[in-house]
Amino acid sequence: MDLRYTASEETFRRELRAWLAEAVPGHGATPPQEDWDARREYDTGWQRKLYDAGYAGINWPKEYGGREASLTEQLLYYEEIARAGAPYVGVNFVGMLHGGPTLIVEGSEDQKKAHIPRILKGEEVWCQGFSEPGAGSDLASLQTRAERDGDDYVLNGHKIWTSFAQVADFCELLVRTDPEAPKHRGISWLILPMDVAGIEIRPLPTLAGETDFSEVFLSDVRVPVENRVGAENDGWRITNVTLAFERGTAFASDMIHLQQFLRELVAAAKQVTRHDARAWDDAGLRREVGHLAAELDALWAMVKLSVSEASQTGVPGVGAAAVKLFYTELYQRVCELGLRILGRAGLAREDVGELPSGKVLHRTLQSLSLTIAAGSSQIQRNIISERILGLPREPRPR
Amino acid sequence: MDFQLSDDQKALRDGIRSFCEGRVPVDTLRELEVKPELDRGLWGELAEMGVFGLRLPESDGGVGLGTGDAVLVFAELGRRLVPGPLAWTHLAAGLVDGAASGDVVVGGVDLRGPQPDPILVEHLQSLDTLLVLRPDGVFRVDPREVQAQAVATPLDPLTPVRHVGELPRGDALGDADAAARLRLEGAALAAGQLLGICEATVELAVAYAKEREQFGRPIGSFQAMKHLLADMFVRQEATRAAAYAGGVTLDQPDVGDVERCVAGAKLVAGEAAVKNARACIQVHGGMGYTWEVPVHYYLKRAYVLASQFGDTEEWAGDVARRLDDEAA
Repeated sequence: MDLRYTASEETFRRELRAWLAEAVPGHGATPPQEDWDARREYDTGWQRKLYDAGYAGINWPKEYGGREASLTEQLLYYEEIARAGAPYVGVNFVGMLHGGPTLIVEGSEDQKKAHIPRILKGEEVWCQGFSEPGAGSDLASLQTRAERDGDDYVLNGHKIWTSFAQVADFCELLVRTDPEAPKHRGISWLILPMDVAGIEIRPLPTLAGETDFSEVFLSDVRVPVENRVGAENDGWRITNVTLAFERGTAFASDMIHLQQFLRELVAAAKQVTRHDARAWDDAGLRREVGHLAAELDALWAMVKLSVSEASQTGVPGVGAAAVKLFYTELYQRVCELGLRILGRAGLAREDVGELPSGKVLHRTLQSLSLTIAAGSSQIQRNIISERILGLPREPRPR
Repeated sequence: MDFQLSDDQKALRDGIRSFCEGRVPVDTLRELEVKPELDRGLWGELAEMGVFGLRLPESDGGVGLGTGDAVLVFAELGRRLVPGPLAWTHLAAGLVDGAASGDVVVGGVDLRGPQPDPILVEHLQSLDTLLVLRPDGVFRVDPREVQAQAVATPLDPLTPVRHVGELPRGDALGDADAAARLRLEGAALAAGQLLGICEATVELAVAYAKEREQFGRPIGSFQAMKHLLADMFVRQEATRAAAYAGGVTLDQPDVGDVERCVAGAKLVAGEAAVKNARACIQVHGGMGYTWEVPVHYYLKRAYVLASQFGDTEEWAGDVARRLDDEAA
């Protein structure tokens, strides 16, 4: 058990920190939430800068232009970009964390050549077409049909929770190619260009009032068969490859942000007056803050332990589900405390007086998605109890 | 950075685990339960295993390992509910002659904060030496000079306590810094023992949930039960990471705020062990509420350990104070 970083890890950190110190202020202010063209430009522009500096695709193989950093370096990377307040992966999320890595493992040579360099340089934006209104946690029950017609598939269906659909060039799409087969065996993984006829995008505002998500309706959309990744009806296996990438080290930045957020709540608690004293003068409230800070430290130690274990085994540890569950629920508890510190200032979703109610409310509302997205807390508990603790599986109807 | 256990550490852990499994099975705990005196034979064997001299330099007859290693050892002692003032005797190695060899049984009481009322001391009747941590230093007291009354029914049947009337000041063994340091080390060791309780309760509860059937199915096949067990596992894993980090940070102080790290470990571990032990009783249903099924031992010991070397409330306040200083 050694928590000290090696000389080469420290060098990696120092060089990255020096680069970020110049690059982040030079990239300008975050564009308005609803100005999608500006957001695409801002996020892809940052991706290009990462590429030019050799930091794009931190976990991608060198062969495909990535950095191929060790897991510990990835942890340092996410820690440093969070500390520096660097832009988030943003609209590049699906390409960098799902689509690209999936193509690297499962794509044909032509597919790799066509997409991987462009994703890495921020020239191509991807979105995800996995979930459907009737296929959420039970993703494999998806119904979007793909019927062969000569060299094309003809697609009809309805996708939901498609982030960044408005600005995406391509969609990683799951379709049913064999409706007769058992549900896991009739799915295929397609690359859908978003500029073809028959695609309708309807933004689906979240409870935070944002339009990051859309519904995507497909009506007789034609896609060449060569856009299929992997074999026909082998899409479920490929999907599991895709989802494994999602649960990598990328959470680390969010955890650092959460530690910063808790410190901001301490500052807010010193500003808020309750009756005749500051909120921070309340020993009970201080202990709650201390308690959450200790749990955040434990979470960070958990990440280090799971990164160290994965470095040896080469696969994300079984603990990934435990980290996700602990992190997302802890995040929501920090937000709840933030709301209680604000008191009635929390009735405003913008800053009131000197209080950061805008940020606290924004985070609190957004945090509600954390225990739902990327495998809900209930699904994580099923995974832990069945795959780690070995409890009898739920009956699985075919 | 490589936070995994090294091969040596795994061997250390496995060695102490198999010793405890063989030497302190549940039946032994049941026998010890009715005896108020410490089992000196077991104490000597623990000393031979290196439990007390683990961090003492080899030149002083110790094993020469670090606090991270000690946390691994104490997790195994906690897992098997090995009774006795283990952490105090371990802390006394190097301070009190005979502690490392197991010849002298050392207990202690932590009066670092405002003096508690009442003062209860664990295992007092079996001690050869009593350490007292006060804000201004570490003191050594002769247990025979302590006026105390036995508590007829201690919470943990394996942890007898005495209610102290008067506590002599004793002989100074170290200054305020030494007292603060011992308290931190004690907190790290207790966090290790509490981790052991987290692990043992997960194992017991999972095994029972697989075996016990109701409605024609193992109760562990019901989601309500699965989710309770999954939460126990998450608490165990958070505690593992925090407890290991606490021990390692004491050995490698450059990697972080030592006091905050140990404080967090103790706090998280104390809370997790109590919650896991309660959940373990819940999983066992009516049988969990009986004296005969030994899951209550874990909850009772968790309460004892959670109270030692700073409780959850104290450490939470301490972490908040450090956040405040950081901001200032």
